[in-house]
Amino acid sequence: METILFNLIWIIPLLTVLVCVPLSATRTGILKAIHATSATIVLLIVCFLTYRVYALTGEPANELAAPLALRFFTDIPWLSMMGAHYTVGADGLNILLLALTAFIVWGGVLVSWNIKGNQKVFFALIQLLATSVYGVYMSFDLVLFFVFYEMEALCMYLMIACYGSGRRDYGGKKLTLTLAFGSSMILATLFGLYFEGGVNSWSIMELSKVSLPMEFQMWAFPLMFMGFAVSSSLFPFHFWSPDGHSAAPTAVSMLAAGVMMKMGAYGCLRVAMFLMPEAAKIWLPYVVALLIFNVVLGPFIALRHKDLKYITAYSSISHLGLIFLGLAALTPVGLRGASLQMISHGFLTGLFFATIGMIYERTHTRDITEMGGIMRKMPFLGVGFVLAGFAGLGLPGFSGFIAESTIFIGAFQQDSTLTRIVTVLAILSITTTAVYILQTANRMLHGPLPKKYEGLTDGCFREKLVIVVLVACLLFIGICPGWIADMLDTSIAPIFEKISAATQPVISGIGG
Amino acid sequence: MINDVTLGYLIFLCPLLTFVINGLFVGNRNAKAAAAIAVTLNGVSALSAILVAVHYFCSTFAPQKAVLFEYTFLPFIDDLVARIGMLVDPLSVMMLVVVTFISLMVNIYSIGYMREDRAEGRFFALLSLFSFSMLGLVVATNLFQMFIFWELVGVSSYLLIGFWYHKPSAVSASKQAFILTRFADSFFLLGIVLVSYVVGSFDFSAINSLSLYPFRTETIDLGLCVISKANALILGSILIFTGGWGKSAMFPMHIWLPNAMEGPTPVSSIIHSATMVVAGVYLVARLFPFFAVCGDSLTIIMWVGAFTMVFAAVIACTQKDIKRILAYSTLSQLGYMMFALGACKIGQAVVTTGWTASTFHIFTHAFFKCSLFLIAGSLIHQVHTNDLDAMGGLRKKMPVTYVCSLISILAISGIPPFSGFFSKDEIILTAFQAHHYTVFALALLTSGLTTFYMFRLFFLAFHGEPRHEGVKAGHVHEDLAMTLPIVVLAVPALLSGLLGKGLFEKFFTPGKLHAPVFVKLPEASWIPFAAIGIAVLALAIAWFFYASPKAKIQRALDAENRSGLYKVVYNKFYFDEMYYTVVRQFIIGGVARVSRAFNDYVIEGLLAFSVWFIHKLGDLVRTAQAGYLPFYLGTLIVGVLIWRFFGQLPL
Repeated sequence: METILFNLIWIIPLLTVLVCVPLSATRTGILKAIHATSATIVLLIVCFLTYRVYALTGEPANELAAPLALRFFTDIPWLSMMGAHYTVGADGLNILLLALTAFIVWGGVLVSWNIKGNQKVFFALIQLLATSVYGVYMSFDLVLFFVFYEMEALCMYLMIACYGSGRRDYGGKKLTLTLAFGSSMILATLFGLYFEGGVNSWSIMELSKVSLPMEFQMWAFPLMFMGFAVSSSLFPFHFWSPDGHSAAPTAVSMLAAGVMMKMGAYGCLRVAMFLMPEAAKIWLPYVVALLIFNVVLGPFIALRHKDLKYITAYSSISHLGLIFLGLAALTPVGLRGASLQMISHGFLTGLFFATIGMIYERTHTRDITEMGGIMRKMPFLGVGFVLAGFAGLGLPGFSGFIAESTIFIGAFQQDSTLTRIVTVLAILSITTTAVYILQTANRMLHGPLPKKYEGLTDGCFREKLVIVVLVACLLFIGICPGWIADMLDTSIAPIFEKISAATQPVISGIGG
Repeated sequence: MINDVTLGYLIFLCPLLTFVINGLFVGNRNAKAAAAIAVTLNGVSALSAILVAVHYFCSTFAPQKAVLFEYTFLPFIDDLVARIGMLVDPLSVMMLVVVTFISLMVNIYSIGYMREDRAEGRFFALLSLFSFSMLGLVVATNLFQMFIFWELVGVSSYLLIGFWYHKPSAVSASKQAFILTRFADSFFLLGIVLVSYVVGSFDFSAINSLSLYPFRTETIDLGLCVISKANALILGSILIFTGGWGKSAMFPMHIWLPNAMEGPTPVSSIIHSATMVVAGVYLVARLFPFFAVCGDSLTIIMWVGAFTMVFAAVIACTQKDIKRILAYSTLSQLGYMMFALGACKIGQAVVTTGWTASTFHIFTHAFFKCSLFLIAGSLIHQVHTNDLDAMGGLRKKMPVTYVCSLISILAISGIPPFSGFFSKDEIILTAFQAHHYTVFALALLTSGLTTFYMFRLFFLAFHGEPRHEGVKAGHVHEDLAMTLPIVVLAVPALLSGLLGKGLFEKFFTPGKLHAPVFVKLPEASWIPFAAIGIAVLALAIAWFFYASPKAKIQRALDAENRSGLYKVVYNKFYFDEMYYTVVRQFIIGGVARVSRAFNDYVIEGLLAFSVWFIHKLGDLVRTAQAGYLPFYLGTLIVGVLIWRFFGQLPL
């Protein structure tokens, strides 16, 4: 029963699109009602399943899925001539990411209520995007994984180019081409994994049992890692995200920054590091050097920008850098911190972009120098933005603090020189984050109110609901982090076991 | 039924509940209800704290530590577990009483002070959040919990200082306060990470019982250098102190505190007496055994404290804004507390009297400083300006306030038998006994300056002729809700020193120390007399300049007469300007600008170049496909020739 529900997670959005096909595009009321209902149903299913995974912690999992402890495991032959299966399952890590996605999709549907243009197509694209993101997080077969991974960039392009604002053509193209560049790197290494693995299987579990030759790992790991890192905007492949986000409509920004950018980090952890642990041990201490840009310079760049979406995009870049810091720490605490940061940042950036979208809908500008004092006219939206900011600067009580402190403590356990330097810099740059967040909030919300904004109205019930739910999620993780840490720990344990079991072979060249 | 654990929960949950109820449900719609809820629940909290304190100090258990309750918040690895708990020892019990009592007084006062504000609900909610955060901080059982509440204190102060967010000055002051303390906190966090990594635990009990001896041989790689773990701990202790440095607004991170006066006066009152700024001193006091073993960190603490003490007192002598004078006086008093902790170290050995004196001063200072700010608020409420220019002659119009402020000012000046005398005297004595004679002299000097600027304020505000039109016309009255807390606070301002002395000497010691402790200390019974003598002299000087019949008050207040050194001091040694220059030119105009330029030109440039390169490559291939037959033939022939000549090409 639960397995069926689990598989429904990605089928329901697809069905919703099909159901809406015969409806006329002018009947927006019914269309929106259908989409909102379907998003809510998926959300409820995912929440229930998350609870189930939590409740099942410690009980024996499906043996077919070893070494991972997967629940709701489904394995059906699919493209038998090349050994690809339909393999899906859930452990603590991906069910939480699925929950995050469900929340953001739900919020995204609700905030795009008044989107301009063909609403029928827009909502269908959101659902398709949701399908692909759900698919990426659920699948444990690399072909399936890659199919969903590619589908998502395509939907993103259409939505930005057709419904975006500003330089939407440029932004959309930049985003899609960069992501496609990353995908090409991933695809190359996926074929490598299949042939080097030699078990005629694309299953992550099967491949993890094979020990891959070192020569292959040494070139495949960096290629795959960087390929995934492109979508998580690791320096130097971060350039697509500010332009992409600023051109995108609100819901797409929420989804892109909230869930899509986590797919890269998730891929790094689940595929690259899990399947090639030996190379990960050698390469990751060097990847840390790239983070100096993300974590240390990112906030400074945000300080110089005036467009709300650019500021948030650079803030995302810096927060995503912390995920990689946690991954590169290669300690259980670091990996848990990285996963926590994926989830926490998803909620907070979703809230950020949601409030920005709502404010933009009213002020018709995102330039913070033109705004001021709008807190008095929109207290609710203003408070929502400030709370997102507090969560972003790592205030205790919100999830951001839990994730960041876990990453810092985890990264400090790693005894390599470079990691220590970057960790110290990362800890010290929490000040810069505070500076740009407070500066933005102050310019936009406080001070005297310009004449032209006298007629602004506060959020309606639908918008308030989105804000309240997202804030509640942030607070919930921030105040009771114990259970989520437990869930993540159990699902990270096999990954870390594989990494710690990897003996570092002596090879010539880098790291040896 | 009602045991200590229940009371312990009540102390916390009441302010939290006030925050939730007022913030979410009552809001600004019903100001009366918000005030009633705030006062009732904070009253319950204060009552519980007092009951716990009475029970604790009267029991035979007294000076020991106990953990009333503790929850696992977030486990990391092994013993590295973040917990949320409630530690009970003399220091935390004393702080609980101070925080809840002051917070209750400020809440009552706010009923009167904020009566005409349209966001009373929000105000009471935030005020309770503030005291809740501070309560969590003082009962922390470990560094992680301390940091959590430390940050919450920071953010609630941000929200309260910027409470009137339509005022640009308030907004920028709140931003400055938050960012400067945050800057210090980043070092604090680094210190926590470093120390917890070396020690393997966040718990105060583990960190305080540490001895550096076993850590001498192991080394740790800090990136730029490899040092022994013992030195890493010393570095960690300094980093942790940096957190307190910023929070307690020690020089040179002091500028946020006077600027924070932009907030409503009840907020200033609670920041300066019980919450926020004493957190830094509290941190050092709490980790005192750790600091004591960590080499010279205590000496750094002593000099930072001593310098701030003199520096702030000098500035206070010239200011005109009544709240700023009080703010600098707080800085100066915090300097006393800080240096008393630092002065405990003599060579490798330690005296514990400084610790007792410092915590005693936290206790007495809270009452008279809170009272002074509330009085300042009352005055401001009458004349609608912070400026001493506009006050004067308020003695007859506000007799109750006058008497209460005299009590508090005598207390801060260190005149017996008022409370400040006892604690300040002990601090000065510690400096002498620990052979830090320079600091001892500075402390005596500052005690004179304190008396001078406090009486300057007193004479200018209450004596002389009224300089404000409203006061002249007689539109002055004493509001009940605002006067009641002032009167109530005058009692501890008068008596807390006399009554507390025995208590502090009996119960307050910093715990088990791993450094040798001096027990026999030199006698110096002449010091109190010297201190009183200096105070009386300073009082006389203040009277001569500002209250004697011949005093030229107008001339003293006139801006034209500021020149030379006086002007430099009046402008606070231009520290605000220096900060703005550094932040604007160096951070925003320098580092941030370069980062953005790097991103926009170098990275985007490389991207543009690669796009251009691919286009050019495409062009090249396209020209080869021009459909020109001789070109195809030519390449074919050349290709065949190359193949023939170079033979076995692996194609």
